[in-house]
Amino acid sequence: MVARNKLAITGGRVIDPGEEIDQISDVLISNGRIEKVTRKTDESKFDGYEVIDATGMIISPGFIDLHTHLRDPGQEWKETISSGTRAAASGGFTTVCAMPNTDPVQDSASTVEDVIRRAALDGIVRVLPIGAISVGQRGNQLAPMGELADAGVIGFSDDGNPVEDANLMRQALAYSAEVGLPVINHAEDKKIAGGGVMTAGLVATRLGLAGAPNEAETAMVARDLYLAELTETRLHIPHISTIGSIEVLRSAKDRGVNVTAEVTPHHLTLNEEWVFGLKGEVPSSVGLQSYDTNTRVNPPLRSKADVGALVDALREGVIDIIATDHAPHAATDKVCTYNEAAPGINALETAFSSVFVLVDSEKISLVRLIESLTTRPASILGRDLGRLRKGFPADVTFIDPLALWVVDPSTFASKSVNTPLAGVEMTGQVVRTIYQGKTVFQSQPQVRNNG
Amino acid sequence: MASGNNKVLLTGDGVRRALTRISHEILEQNAAPDDPVLVGLQTRGVHLARRIAENIEHIEGYEPIVGSLDPRLWRDDPQVASGQPLMPSDIPTSVDGRLVVIVDDVLYTGRTIRAAMEALLDFGRASRIQLAVLVDRGHRELPIRPDFIGKNIPTSRGERVQVRMLEIDGEDAVLIGEEH
Amino acid sequence: MAQQSTASPSYLEQDAIAFQPRRHLLDVDDLSASEISGLLDTAKGMLEITARDVRKTPALRGKTIITMFFENSTRTRVSFEQAGKILGADVINITASASSVSKGESLLNTVKTLQAMQIDALVVRHPHSGAPYFISNHIDASIVNAGDGTHAHPTQSILDLFTVRAHLGNISGKKIAIIGDILYSRVARSDIIAFQKMGAEVVVSCPNTLLPDEWELGSTLALESGFGGLRLVKSVEEAVDGADVVMPLRIQKERQDAGRLPSLREYSVRWGINSQKMALANDAALLLHPGPMNEGVEISSEVAHGAQSVVEEQVRNGVAVRMAVLYTLCAPGNSVPVIRNAGSSEPN
Repeated sequence: MVARNKLAITGGRVIDPGEEIDQISDVLISNGRIEKVTRKTDESKFDGYEVIDATGMIISPGFIDLHTHLRDPGQEWKETISSGTRAAASGGFTTVCAMPNTDPVQDSASTVEDVIRRAALDGIVRVLPIGAISVGQRGNQLAPMGELADAGVIGFSDDGNPVEDANLMRQALAYSAEVGLPVINHAEDKKIAGGGVMTAGLVATRLGLAGAPNEAETAMVARDLYLAELTETRLHIPHISTIGSIEVLRSAKDRGVNVTAEVTPHHLTLNEEWVFGLKGEVPSSVGLQSYDTNTRVNPPLRSKADVGALVDALREGVIDIIATDHAPHAATDKVCTYNEAAPGINALETAFSSVFVLVDSEKISLVRLIESLTTRPASILGRDLGRLRKGFPADVTFIDPLALWVVDPSTFASKSVNTPLAGVEMTGQVVRTIYQGKTVFQSQPQVRNNG
Repeated sequence: MASGNNKVLLTGDGVRRALTRISHEILEQNAAPDDPVLVGLQTRGVHLARRIAENIEHIEGYEPIVGSLDPRLWRDDPQVASGQPLMPSDIPTSVDGRLVVIVDDVLYTGRTIRAAMEALLDFGRASRIQLAVLVDRGHRELPIRPDFIGKNIPTSRGERVQVRMLEIDGEDAVLIGEEH
Repeated sequence: MAQQSTASPSYLEQDAIAFQPRRHLLDVDDLSASEISGLLDTAKGMLEITARDVRKTPALRGKTIITMFFENSTRTRVSFEQAGKILGADVINITASASSVSKGESLLNTVKTLQAMQIDALVVRHPHSGAPYFISNHIDASIVNAGDGTHAHPTQSILDLFTVRAHLGNISGKKIAIIGDILYSRVARSDIIAFQKMGAEVVVSCPNTLLPDEWELGSTLALESGFGGLRLVKSVEEAVDGADVVMPLRIQKERQDAGRLPSLREYSVRWGINSQKMALANDAALLLHPGPMNEGVEISSEVAHGAQSVVEEQVRNGVAVRMAVLYTLCAPGNSVPVIRNAGSSEPN
């Protein structure tokens, strides 16, 4: 007889950077929590457990995404808490932090409580809300951070909009000391960006698209770092994308500034040349696939040099974590000219596989990669998550490192399909996700690379 | 420059004699003062028209006016991708009330001539239009008939008639060969 | 039945692949030098037709061409309309305002409606770079780009080539000086590419604020820029010195408003083309301008109407060039794209 709440995941390569485990192990779960992780396999120990054979799999703590747009409430045609959490589960994420740029904006306890309540009903993974920095995200008046913290937010952001008023940013940082939660500013100086729809450079010039220079981000990241240093409070830099930003971040950390930073999977793997629509190939003449609106995102895809520096910085830990900035958009917002396209990439279901290639090419270790998705985000949240430690919620992600698959957005759990990776072949895939001891996602890879 | 299996149907002398005969026939049928405007079709027809004009000058002492016409844009069959450029037409006189003799190298289906006639109508209302060709190879698809013929050459559809001219190809000749 | 001619244009001698029927003309970067030559030759034949009493041919009879302009432009629109009509096509004009069109939904829906109407060609001008590329993915018609954002204006560059060739013969080896707002100019981009393809040396002079960020004055651009070989010189005088073609571009007040220029007056003093500057060019040099001209700003009235100015010819040539383009794309036999490979006479 097998008890429904007892699970034994056996024979997989367990990688838990927080607990310093990287070896073939068995993970025992009961009542939705981790019971233990053991090295030796012993048949008798699994009596009464439902056994899941994880031979050949990598077993990781469930991924944690500090930056997701669930679009719910307000833009439910793009995504809902239900579809968004299903997309998260497909991507191996058991915790997502929901950005507050909903309609209404998450700038009061009632809206936050509504999201929390509905996530408990409709969501299949953990949803942690982020509150706004300013009322309505309009950048004029501070949102009630105390009230929002009491309601359960894990940080504050006006994401989508930068806090343009430097004084408001300073005051937001200073006031956040009250609750000890990070301020997460979308760093974009719109005046420097000058209406750019992609990054400034050779590609923008060839395509005749207005280009936003790197400095539109770097200048504001620098401002935020100095303000955080001044106020001695917590700053978290979302979707960092430039060499300049990395440099000021590094020197700020060296000086002891209390700052963490995240990078998206697309900024780690794609670059400005993808706007030609040929998966990174540069054509001799601008072709019919050019102006691929699925590449339009804020901050924009950058140069190869920036990408290389971001990977290095993630490996070294200057950039702390990977966060998806999952931004679903409807077809009407993407089937149009580049200028008209809404910025944002649908990322939850391709995130892990797209960065897994960095392990293959030895740019980053698998352990560090998993750490950037589990241990580190959990420590930024300050919660008991992201580890397979006894008593922690049984959030587990199974990865088949040899699975071969092709990205097909029509099979996404997300309501939207806006990814530039359609048709791209991937190696490595999340094949099962367990949240609080229950399987919330499972798939069978079609093809495995046994070579 | 001729490919291996081309056969010579008319030598240089044959071409020249044919043109002389055509020139006489034109004069015979059209007594003065009805002097014709010779309109050659691009490209070889233009050279043929000039030669006929020279002949007429030797015979009668006056040289008829020679014009050129590219009927490409009036055709009913696709010719865009043939690789040949569109040539400007040039008829340096009004054709209203005049006799016009269209001159071309090879008459085949008749479609080029039909297009040429329609193009000519946009230049004015000729009183009469006649047709002179160096070679008539048969297989007409439209009710077009030449008034002056250099040589009748029965051919099959798989064959290709090639007219070479001194001004362009370095020699005068009419060759027949297989279409590849 | 096409017979070999030793007087053939250069492009016939080049490839074993016959002139490749095209579906669209989106930018000159996609055309080979021999295709451009072919278009110029065809335009020459077309020009003669525009000079006749009866300016008409039935070549595109029964074809429907729509001009869809999201930006004001009487000159270019009428030029295309005339080109289509002389060729016997039915030409319908649609003017729309991009700002009154709410987001892409309406552009897409407009295009889908046209698709249902089964038109043959769509001539598009739109303020967003890439719009014609987007449109071509949603409609079967041939698309002719009449100007997209700051990206390209291919027919303008072809008519500029035509005009220069008519006066100076060979374009190869000639020095072309383009003066003005490069950053925002689709004419500049297409002209640079077109003249470079035909072997000319192209030189640019303009304020640093009107160049793409990564272009440095005093340098020559590398191949991967897409404009390889373009020289960016530090003074107008250096650009115009010994030039065979001088092309000042229209400078717009919006640039001053955006803080890129202190004033149009300063621009005119430092970069404006006047008789003094034209004197530095070759004696036989031509003055081209895509129009409309801001006399007194980028060009003096004297030069605009002077002996070297071929601006009016550009307009006339525009119709002939657009006729050549429409004919090449739309004539029967070209309605289905066919790639003929070397060594085979069968269409694929």
